[in-house]
Amino acid sequence: MEHNENIKLQNIEVTANTAAAEEAAVEEPTVIQRKGIAGAWDNFVEGMYRLVETTKGKILVFGILLIAVGTMPLWASSYVLQVAWNAMFYMLLAIGCNIIVGYCGMCDLGYAAKFAVGAYTSAILVKTFGWNFWLTLPVVIIFAIIAACIMGGPVVRLRSDYLAIVTLGFGEIVRIVARNLEITGSASGISGIPRPYLFGVQLTKIWMWFFVFIILVIIFVIASNRLKNSRFGRALEYIREDEDAAEAMGVDVARYKLWAFIMGTVFGALAGAFYAMQMAAISPNSFQFLQSANILLAVVLGGMGKVPGVMAGAAFFAIFPEVFRDIGEYRMLIFGIALVIVMIFRPQGLWPERRR
Amino acid sequence: MLSAGEVILQQLMNGLILGSFYALIALGYSMVYGIIKLLNFAHGDIYMTGAFVGFFVFGILAGTVGSSWGGVILAMLAAMCVCGLLGFLIQLLAYRPLFDAPRLSLLITAIGVSLILYNTVMIITNGEYMFFQHSIPAGGLTFGNVTITWVQLVLLAITAVLMLVLSWFIGTTIWGKAMRAISLDKPTCRLMGINVNKIIGLTFFIGSALAAVAGVMSCVYYGSLHYFMGYMMGIKAFTAAVIGGIGSIPGAMLGGLLLGLLEAAGTQALGSSWKDVFAFSLLIIMLIFKPTGLLGKTEIERM
Repeated sequence: MEHNENIKLQNIEVTANTAAAEEAAVEEPTVIQRKGIAGAWDNFVEGMYRLVETTKGKILVFGILLIAVGTMPLWASSYVLQVAWNAMFYMLLAIGCNIIVGYCGMCDLGYAAKFAVGAYTSAILVKTFGWNFWLTLPVVIIFAIIAACIMGGPVVRLRSDYLAIVTLGFGEIVRIVARNLEITGSASGISGIPRPYLFGVQLTKIWMWFFVFIILVIIFVIASNRLKNSRFGRALEYIREDEDAAEAMGVDVARYKLWAFIMGTVFGALAGAFYAMQMAAISPNSFQFLQSANILLAVVLGGMGKVPGVMAGAAFFAIFPEVFRDIGEYRMLIFGIALVIVMIFRPQGLWPERRR
Repeated sequence: MLSAGEVILQQLMNGLILGSFYALIALGYSMVYGIIKLLNFAHGDIYMTGAFVGFFVFGILAGTVGSSWGGVILAMLAAMCVCGLLGFLIQLLAYRPLFDAPRLSLLITAIGVSLILYNTVMIITNGEYMFFQHSIPAGGLTFGNVTITWVQLVLLAITAVLMLVLSWFIGTTIWGKAMRAISLDKPTCRLMGINVNKIIGLTFFIGSALAAVAGVMSCVYYGSLHYFMGYMMGIKAFTAAVIGGIGSIPGAMLGGLLLGLLEAAGTQALGSSWKDVFAFSLLIIMLIFKPTGLLGKTEIERM
């Protein structure tokens, strides 16, 4: 406790008002070697980073992962495949949300609205207008951009707390509008969406979707990493660390924030379109606040900004309720407790950016 | 068929009641936000917990004190104490270790606390609706075809009294002064010898107690309660706090009442299925044109 007090006093000047400065200030103590489980985990994360740095380690880690995941349809039951598919779907959403939350440091509490936009656009075009699913994807992207501009436009100039509440508000608006409109099928939603064809094969089996989603995850990861290492990504990182400094250095903060918002929305909407096709049915209940919260939590719990971290977080969120299915109604309670404990003892997430 | 004047009177009354619930909850949001810049997600669930505590205490007391105003007031006091302590404990156990952590971690913790509260109540009540049966005499003031019940009037009076007491407390007492000082500059307060943690605890106690009052009042008014009731109420109350100017006490009161009235008007005009969309649209319009809220001060960003 006393140690904390000292840090606080040293940082009084730094902490003046900006959240970004606060973040930077408290990240320092984590470099200190910690004891017990937390320390052991720190070392494990560090060790994994070192391993992946070497070519051999890279081949080893990714090779094992690829073989384990790629052969799953051979040995896993369809239930396990379903859970794994769900985990990958969450990964897609978390990677998209990570652009907004992790790269740019904005707080988004309405991510479900973004995948709702994609899911509904695609579902309506396929079911009601009889389009080919693959042709709806460009339309989904266009709608996502429009939606992002409407949602993000007014708030990118405001502080992050307002963004949180506005995204939350929009999340509710999208859900309620979907529930009340005729074209979105009102409360019962849209069902019986015909499954799309790929290379002449209709994607009806879960293992087909499993592979489609593996490819999607790989595409998302590559796109997300390229985004991060681009000029755009560096600008976002700058904004996340210190918005005022970024502005002073000539970064157009509002424009970059809006672009980050658009990118995140496009990722989410695309994931949503594929989700609608796999499920063959969507309803407003799929896009409740809890869904948005889960995605945000996956990103934060996994370690903001770090793609492997948010993927692990997403997998955790998809698998945890399945593993603890037996304890039924207690699982969300335990989940809440676990969340608070993790945040207290590891506020930077389970798999954070490497400490330097 | 009601005449236009009667419709207006009825919706005015509905709006004021709804608005006083919003205002009482928004106060807690605004106080907590003002003092530690936390969007306390669990606050809506404290309102819900307050309603259930009130419900159970009322059930126990009904035999001895009766199920009229006496029982309601005692249930309200009990709910205030329990929820106040609950708010204090949540702050102590979950939020305090994170006061210096990134803001987003604190927000996530708040979502976690919200999950804990609402799942606990769900397990206790089996996720069923509970019905609050009181024997408060019906009747009230009648204007044409519209009756303003005594319940409505008493609830409004309780809200008014609580707001006056709170204004006095924040404006005059030394604790209130300390609260205002902390919301301006926490490190300096610490240097001036103010026990910051104690004041933060007090803020949580008061905010949660007010939410509990709103919870019990909504039991009396609507007659039923459900573990999910805190979610929408919480978001709406936060909306009210933002409309009034977050961090401002009079702002939260004004914002709450205003949102209640506007929502009643919106329900009358657009139908009840669109009322939530209406409320959130108001929030967004507000943020575009006056992001500091009606009574909020423009925040000067210091480097």
